[in-house]
Amino acid sequence: MTEPQKTPLYDLHVALGGKMVDFAGWLMPVNYALGVAGEHKQCREKAALFDVSHMGQVGLHGEDVAAKLETLCPSAFTTLPSGKSRYTFFTNPEGGIMDDLIVSAADDYMFAVVNASMREQDVAHLKTLDVEVIEIDRSLIAIQGPSAEAVVSAIVPEAAELKFMETGLFDLLGDECRISRLGYTGEDGYEISLPNERAVEITQKFLEHPDLEMAGLGARDSLRLEAGLCLYGNDIDNSTSPVEANLTWAMQKRRREEGGFPGAERIQRELADGPSRRLVGIKPEGRAPARRGVEVADKNGNVIGAISSGGFGPTYGGPVSMGYIAEMFAEPGTEVDLLIRGKAMPATIIKLPFVQQNYKR
Amino acid sequence: MTTYYSEEHEWLEVDGDTATLGITKHAAEALGEVVFVELKEAGDTFDKDDEIGVVESVKAASELYAPLAGEIAEANTSLEDNPGSVNEDPEGNAWFYKIKIADVSELESLMDEAAYKAFIA
Repeated sequence: MTEPQKTPLYDLHVALGGKMVDFAGWLMPVNYALGVAGEHKQCREKAALFDVSHMGQVGLHGEDVAAKLETLCPSAFTTLPSGKSRYTFFTNPEGGIMDDLIVSAADDYMFAVVNASMREQDVAHLKTLDVEVIEIDRSLIAIQGPSAEAVVSAIVPEAAELKFMETGLFDLLGDECRISRLGYTGEDGYEISLPNERAVEITQKFLEHPDLEMAGLGARDSLRLEAGLCLYGNDIDNSTSPVEANLTWAMQKRRREEGGFPGAERIQRELADGPSRRLVGIKPEGRAPARRGVEVADKNGNVIGAISSGGFGPTYGGPVSMGYIAEMFAEPGTEVDLLIRGKAMPATIIKLPFVQQNYKR
Repeated sequence: MTTYYSEEHEWLEVDGDTATLGITKHAAEALGEVVFVELKEAGDTFDKDDEIGVVESVKAASELYAPLAGEIAEANTSLEDNPGSVNEDPEGNAWFYKIKIADVSELESLMDEAAYKAFIA
């Protein structure tokens, strides 16, 4: 094993009481003194700052970058205007998902943010294209929550004008920084790319705002789970198709119809005929959380699926789960059983999300 | 009354052959916010190292293992309705069980307070 890496904010996390854990080869805070539930609620009610510098930031340069990227992903990029971001994924030849990512269009290049655990794979995958792939060694922070606009615009007033899934370059205390209005919490918010040498100073400057507190990976996970957002490796992976994962919305009409991406055969077949299983929200009726791997059974005891992500939703106020269920049981309202520690615990299929998303459109 | 501690971070306040059992403050802090507690029922018997309950926090599920053999005299069912009390008062009101100890000599394998403090240091 190689030593886990540290982000430029590592010392600040420790100084602020962050409980550091090894996550995807990076030492990251799972929570601070406020605790997972407190940080979660802080984000839903005011604003929270997450260090996401472990994620990969990649610049894609060259001619026809957008068209070339379309050969790896089933989303539309040639029509993506400069200053807009789009959620997408790399598909494999079997129609599964290799990783999910956010791609943004700038005037003459594209910018991608990929998962920490998939950085090497994704960079190598992008390099199969005839484009220049530049790994950007910068820090990345996410400021999320209903107060995020107030927090960010206190330092960068123009950032208030961005709408959800818009991105741009802004003067941030003297450095030009990419600020994008998006996130992974279901709340309004921003992701801000910072020069490493100024990451601590700028983060501390944001933290001067009374509505902002640090939050760790624990809250990041419970927030995205309540918001019904997929975690790569849990809810989506090389075996799950975007149709099964309810990500059809991320494949724009032209791409769905024309194909021209890896695995198009399976994806188009599932679009036409429906998938055999589907990712759904699963609400345990009791208080026991149903975590990843718990089997889901019909009322006759037949196993019909499994939990892909589950835990406790602090804002929802109870256990929340997602999982893949045989299509005939995927209708919201269907009653199922969760096989937890040998006991059948009642649960109901629900329409995701558990907590309404709150984006600034 | 004497209080004993297990390596599984339980405390046992012993009075003769009966004891009150709970998890230590150290354990509660390490778990994080407790959101679910599952308990055995009065009358259930158990051997040392048997699973006698489940504590789930916002982070993970943890089993509670019996530090010695015995029988459950009373379960603190208030924990099922108010799991957060495990964080608020783990070594007081948020006890898990009153138990009857099968063999008090098993207490010798447990730690006293000083030894437990050294154990978690």
